[in-house]
Amino acid sequence: MAVVKADFETCQGYANCVMAAPEVYDIDDEGTVVLLKEEITDEERAKVDEAVNSCPVSALSVEDA
Amino acid sequence: MTASVVIVGSSVAGVRTAQALRRGAYEGRIVLLGAESELPYDKPPLSKQFLAGEWPAERVALLSAEAAEQARIELQLGVAADHLDVAERQVVMANGKRIGYDVVVLATGSQARPSPWVAESGLHVLRTIADSQALAADLARDGPVVVVGGGFIGAEVAATARSLGREVTIVDPLEVPVGRLLGREVGSMFVDLHHRNRVATHFGTGVKSVEGRAGQLTVRLTDGQTLTAATVVVGIGALPNDSWLASSGLLVDDGVVCDEYCRAVNAPEVFAVGDVARWMHLGYGESCRVEHWTNAVDQAACVAHNVFHPEALRAYRPVEYVWSDQYDWKIQIVGRPTRATSHCLIGDLGRPSARAAGKPRAVALYKDDSAQFTAAAIVNWPKALVTARRLLAVGSSFDDALSQLEQLAGPRMEPIS
Repeated sequence: MAVVKADFETCQGYANCVMAAPEVYDIDDEGTVVLLKEEITDEERAKVDEAVNSCPVSALSVEDA
Repeated sequence: MTASVVIVGSSVAGVRTAQALRRGAYEGRIVLLGAESELPYDKPPLSKQFLAGEWPAERVALLSAEAAEQARIELQLGVAADHLDVAERQVVMANGKRIGYDVVVLATGSQARPSPWVAESGLHVLRTIADSQALAADLARDGPVVVVGGGFIGAEVAATARSLGREVTIVDPLEVPVGRLLGREVGSMFVDLHHRNRVATHFGTGVKSVEGRAGQLTVRLTDGQTLTAATVVVGIGALPNDSWLASSGLLVDDGVVCDEYCRAVNAPEVFAVGDVARWMHLGYGESCRVEHWTNAVDQAACVAHNVFHPEALRAYRPVEYVWSDQYDWKIQIVGRPTRATSHCLIGDLGRPSARAAGKPRAVALYKDDSAQFTAAAIVNWPKALVTARRLLAVGSSFDDALSQLEQLAGPRMEPIS
């Protein structure tokens, strides 16, 4: 189990996270990331790590619960 | 068993490859070599927020010394790789040091195409953090700026210089510089964007010479006109950093030639990633080289997997993605518009007053001769970006894409062409 976080001020709406982990991230009409869930399973971790690493402005993080 | 991986190049492709190897539970030695002495840093802000002085250097950092140590990534910075000894499996550094590897990942990126004109001072190209700092110092002084090259780097520098209050002129030999990528109709809207922001353009005109020094430069154009400038910026493209591989025996042809798994075609223990990699894109059926940030990151993930799992190789066939920030436009391009033969525009890009909320927003959808959806260019419209990327990832038809984007636009945003 791990917890995902986002810095909504830093987010620029590049949407790389939505492509990497669509069940965890979405983007609203203003181009700010939306967390579809806050806790993720171990199976989802690899995709979320990929999303975190693919954010051009490092707005995402994931922490072990 | 791969006991050691040496990554040559410490920009985003190299750093992300190292990180992805560790994240994928690779336990061997990882050495990351960088020619510059700075800790790894990110490049997209160098023409935007960092150049404008809005972001400090810490905000462009890619990998701190602590993070590298924690991930057991051995950083060796400040010495360039001189050549590659494929037979001995060694990277030979400019100081003569030899670094052995089981697998080497070439991530040396690209450099700004050098200016064909020489002035005493005040003439810039933009690629490294040192370039950006030097340009920022000159832009801080009042005086007109001439940007040579109307592509994305040139346009971003022009927008940044304008935001700093400078008088800016862009010169490009093409009448519609962005038209080469997005077609003449959409490209001409990028020309209008410069004019709306009071940036002058000399398009369809080349540069004959640049003379003088910082603060007192003279730019002579091929049509006989003369511009005076305090600062000149030359943004005319990039060249892959592959000349150091000339003696390696690797096949190099505008990048390191690789198979679909990003392995050098004649040396399976050599991989390439990022701007320097020319790999076989199975979706296009031809080799390609891509200079965008997201490609470096996506390709790094694929290369890290293939280095660690040679028994389960993955072909790399991404949907390309690049963004550019110019004035009040956030521009994103997905797929490859140059593979298209026609397009359709939804939105109010050419009519900025049409939308009460302020910023215009639009999407141009591109299709090829087989009615396949091949690319999209999006301005200020995050939901359209997500929809277009998803549709391109699954190989949608153009008609399906058009209908979904029209639905997203709602009744007030009809296609206008």
